[in-house]
Amino acid sequence: MVDLKVNIGNLELKNPVMSASGTFGYGSEFTDFIDISRLGGIIVKGTTIHAREGNPYPRMAETPSGMLNAVGLQNRGVDYFINKIYPSIADINTNIIINVSGSSIEEYIAAAEKINELDKIPAIELNISCPNVKQGGMGFGTSCVSAAEVVKEVRKAYKKTLIVKLTPNVTNISEIALAVESEGADSVSLINTLLGMAIDAETQKPILSTVTGGLSGPCVKPVALRMVWQVSKAVKIPVVGLGGIMNATDAIEFFLAGATAIQIGTANFIDPTVTIKVIEGIQVYLERHQCSSVNDIIGALK
Amino acid sequence: MMKKYLLDFLVSENLKLNDKSFLLRLAYEGILPEILPGQFVEIRVDNSNMVFLRRPVSVHDVDYQNNELSLLIQVVGQGTRKLSELKVGDTLNIIVPLGNSFTFPSEKQKELFLIGGGVGIAPLLYLGRILCDKKYKVNFLLGGKTKQELVRLASFEKYGKVYLTTEDGSTGEKGFVTQHSVLTKHKIDKIYTCGPTPMMKAVANYAQKNNIDCEASLENKMACGIGACLCCVTETKEGHKCVCSEGPVFNTNDLKW
Repeated sequence: MVDLKVNIGNLELKNPVMSASGTFGYGSEFTDFIDISRLGGIIVKGTTIHAREGNPYPRMAETPSGMLNAVGLQNRGVDYFINKIYPSIADINTNIIINVSGSSIEEYIAAAEKINELDKIPAIELNISCPNVKQGGMGFGTSCVSAAEVVKEVRKAYKKTLIVKLTPNVTNISEIALAVESEGADSVSLINTLLGMAIDAETQKPILSTVTGGLSGPCVKPVALRMVWQVSKAVKIPVVGLGGIMNATDAIEFFLAGATAIQIGTANFIDPTVTIKVIEGIQVYLERHQCSSVNDIIGALK
Repeated sequence: MMKKYLLDFLVSENLKLNDKSFLLRLAYEGILPEILPGQFVEIRVDNSNMVFLRRPVSVHDVDYQNNELSLLIQVVGQGTRKLSELKVGDTLNIIVPLGNSFTFPSEKQKELFLIGGGVGIAPLLYLGRILCDKKYKVNFLLGGKTKQELVRLASFEKYGKVYLTTEDGSTGEKGFVTQHSVLTKHKIDKIYTCGPTPMMKAVANYAQKNNIDCEASLENKMACGIGACLCCVTETKEGHKCVCSEGPVFNTNDLKW
């Protein structure tokens, strides 16, 4: 029996497979298909201090081997989460991690402080990389100074495991990763979506209401792998890899590139059981390669 | 919320109805889960790099005896084109059933109009059959650009009176569904509509002016189909709602149309 356990800072995952924020709802959307407690972690939808309506429809465009979205962090706010969602998911036997976003540093801090009080939420994923909101979001994640500043302030307010989600829409992602590591991030997750665009040639109009949106799916996997490889060489903290993972082989590639854990996002839309298949596939791979632990292949690229 | 299933179906028939539309009959080897009128399925389209997401398709009819469901599909892009090429015996992976459903009329609502345009007539057959079984007076008002677009009429006629409009006047009355003379002559207690958004908005507008209860089935672009991605939202008086999980059927009074 291979050991699938990994650690992200003080956080132990029973296996290295998590669901990516914004692609898995609050987990309950998937319970008809799988036992969600089998996941290493569930990263719930991006949550902000105040409720957000998100962007107007249309918010989605299919692209070759992927899709663009411009949802814009639609959520009912952190208090709604605490009062209405948290009681129903707190006792699921996996790590429930909240993706936290904001339009200002004060908003990030206010949300993080409230979530810090929730006993059964062991970690947050700080989203400084959403490309679909006018203020904040990706704006914080595209410069070392602002990324460091928001992480520094949230670190003071948030005492548990702090994962910082990075945007690929930068010249040098390793520099950003180093900046947030130096301010106390326990881990970085990457990549958020790549800024993209889709046009309808017949109507001669953009397909998304916001014109641009975030690209995800297997089309971004080579970019994600490259960035995970670069960042994992640059930082000492564990790297959580995501971007276009559709199956266990994709996940293995991220481990080899240096990821300690992975997230599955867009693939959940095509196969709502994919997370479980990836966990099982990783196990089969490790047995076949005579590894006793998933840790044996992390960063093991030859 | 009804339990959703991820199931493999076998294609038992793929019938070309005109140059764009086809009827897929799909058989499940086990016992077909219950499907309500207005609900839809998400079909995985295999073997195409250009078709990444599942395709949401409304349920045209259900045959519990043979554990089969029928889908009426129009070729609009690469996904539906791939589906049109399916052969008898091919396997299709489907999530079923999805979304809410049309609601039954109240006791006072006896005269029902099911108004569809283009391929939007698809879910109205199953709805009409169920309503007919329950002894409601079912009227179908179906519109298309041309006569060729109006398919499956013999099936509709089994469950209610059928009124037609075409934009070119090749059959039925010439014009849009909202211009059909039956609307001025007939008592209407409730309307169910599905079709292109401009048509549904015109129907909703007609219903509102005449104080008629009206439900519309929306077909916004979707990714997940199960309420996780929040891509398919429509604006309602209570804010954005997911068409896939909180719809596809909405009372038109609740929509910001």
